[in-house]
Amino acid sequence: MGSRTQEISGKKDNGSFFGVAIATRDAYGEALAELGKINEKIVVLDADLSGSTKTKKFSKLFPQRFFNMGISEQDMVGTASGLSLTGKIPFASTFAIFETGRAWEQIRQTVCYSNLNVKLVATHGGISVGEDGASHQSLEDIALMRVLPNMTVIVPADGLETKQVINAISEYVGPVYVRLGRAKVPSVMPADYSFNIGNAHVFNIGSDAVLIANGIMVAAALEARDILKAKGIDAGVINMSTVKPIDTRVLLEVANKTPLIVTAEEHSIIGGLGSAVSEFLSENHPVKIIRIGVRDSFGCSGKPSELLSFFGLTSENIAKTVINNL
Amino acid sequence: MAELITSKDIGFLKEQARRIRVAIVKMLTEAGSGHTGGSLSSADIVAALYFYKMKHKPSDPKWELRDRFILSKGHAAPLLYAALALTGYFDQNLLKTLRKFNSPLQGHPSSKLLQGVEISTGSLGQGLSIANGIALGLKLSNIHSRVYCLLGDGEIQEGQVWEAAMTASHYLLDNVCAIVDLNDLQIDGRCSEVMKIEPVAKKWEAFGWHVFEIDGHNMEQIVETLDAAEKIKIKPSVILARTIKGKGVSIFENKVEYHGISPTVDELGIALKELGEDGK
Repeated sequence: MGSRTQEISGKKDNGSFFGVAIATRDAYGEALAELGKINEKIVVLDADLSGSTKTKKFSKLFPQRFFNMGISEQDMVGTASGLSLTGKIPFASTFAIFETGRAWEQIRQTVCYSNLNVKLVATHGGISVGEDGASHQSLEDIALMRVLPNMTVIVPADGLETKQVINAISEYVGPVYVRLGRAKVPSVMPADYSFNIGNAHVFNIGSDAVLIANGIMVAAALEARDILKAKGIDAGVINMSTVKPIDTRVLLEVANKTPLIVTAEEHSIIGGLGSAVSEFLSENHPVKIIRIGVRDSFGCSGKPSELLSFFGLTSENIAKTVINNL
Repeated sequence: MAELITSKDIGFLKEQARRIRVAIVKMLTEAGSGHTGGSLSSADIVAALYFYKMKHKPSDPKWELRDRFILSKGHAAPLLYAALALTGYFDQNLLKTLRKFNSPLQGHPSSKLLQGVEISTGSLGQGLSIANGIALGLKLSNIHSRVYCLLGDGEIQEGQVWEAAMTASHYLLDNVCAIVDLNDLQIDGRCSEVMKIEPVAKKWEAFGWHVFEIDGHNMEQIVETLDAAEKIKIKPSVILARTIKGKGVSIFENKVEYHGISPTVDELGIALKELGEDGK
């Protein structure tokens, strides 16, 4: 495939570990349709964005089990909650900022407080939404979901992981938030990868630094590792797809073996993956941590590649950050 | 636990409403805080639901075929707790623990802590969406149970209520019956002064609901209307129940200040007397 992160970063393929690029939202649509065939308890709700969130595929196959709620995210979350009370497994989807922002209190009061089996799977997370601009670029969703008791928070890195995540959460009982993206992302997870909620995937642990990333930043971290390797720096890469509950075993192992951790996420540096890593390690095994993410700012319109570059969400910036902090 | 006795007998139901009111004022006085007015105003409706209309089994709270009751106006928790205790979901002594540390009777209902509470509520405007979701799920599972959802009149100022009103109508949820307790008072004053909700009936009609308007303290009318609502097909029903906040105790009636406070010991004495409970 000659394009690995080209789709999101505009750069040429220069690695060997990347596979076919697919948006995680497309993988979601496929996974949901497959799941619908084997589990009739699966029901899907959307708030007038089924074409974009890719739940449309499910709606065509199982119209009786699909509910378009119109443009009403709060009602969607409440209705999904009610469906879960009758033993259904609702997947409620819309854009990340509307799902977690507009309906936050419904998620808190109804889904999390009552610990309901509701799956909130949002697309269009992060800055790579691109041209739609700040109103549609969710940089706060992980923080908003992570703070809620009973909530599990997952940010898959690629299509393969997304499909596994969707299957895994359909079997897990309890509230889950999954954040997916609009843009195509290269395949980064190994073919024999097996996702388990709460387990980080360790690509390698470097002796000089470890990069802890999720979502599209896993691909950037892997590229950064190559850049650093060429400069004689041994960096490791961890895909911390489950932000909550965070994999404390892996974090302790990393903190024991490396002097520097750099986190990378397509999210505000406040409240997301970087915060979760910092919170745990500062209390349990202090080590130098630098967070890469959007630094307390809104996004703006532009091509995804331009925006990722502007906000420093690139392999080059990750590599530079490591070098500057060694 | 004794099996639930239900009846359509109006005298029986009035007596149950009276017992519910007694339990409410007692538990609120014991708790020292809580919502008196809105618990008393809906007592007749809830008595009719729990002691007549709803199919439910206190000995099997998760019975699959049960009708559901969603207390969207969650601050009327004492009312729900009284109905659950008097129908046998738990020992009435538990009512004394209302709002106390370690009690399953939280200030607002928690479904995780108390059997018989279908869903945690307390943040207004959310119950009807949940009721709709249950109704959709029941229809998908071919279960012919009904979902009752009690809302306050101030509560329908919440926008989500109208999102849910559209949903119930759009999905033809004739197994949903909303009941709006129109006592015309909310914390800051009369609804008409705080934020006008009238014309209420026209609003629900415009959203595609079959509308019943009743006196929410007339037990005959409540029972008849609950029966009539069940016969409405293809569209959801709403019962707009005109009530008096604090109904049953003259010193609380139609007094805005009794929205969110509990009776004093002296007031309890008056209340029990008026409710025919003194000396018992």
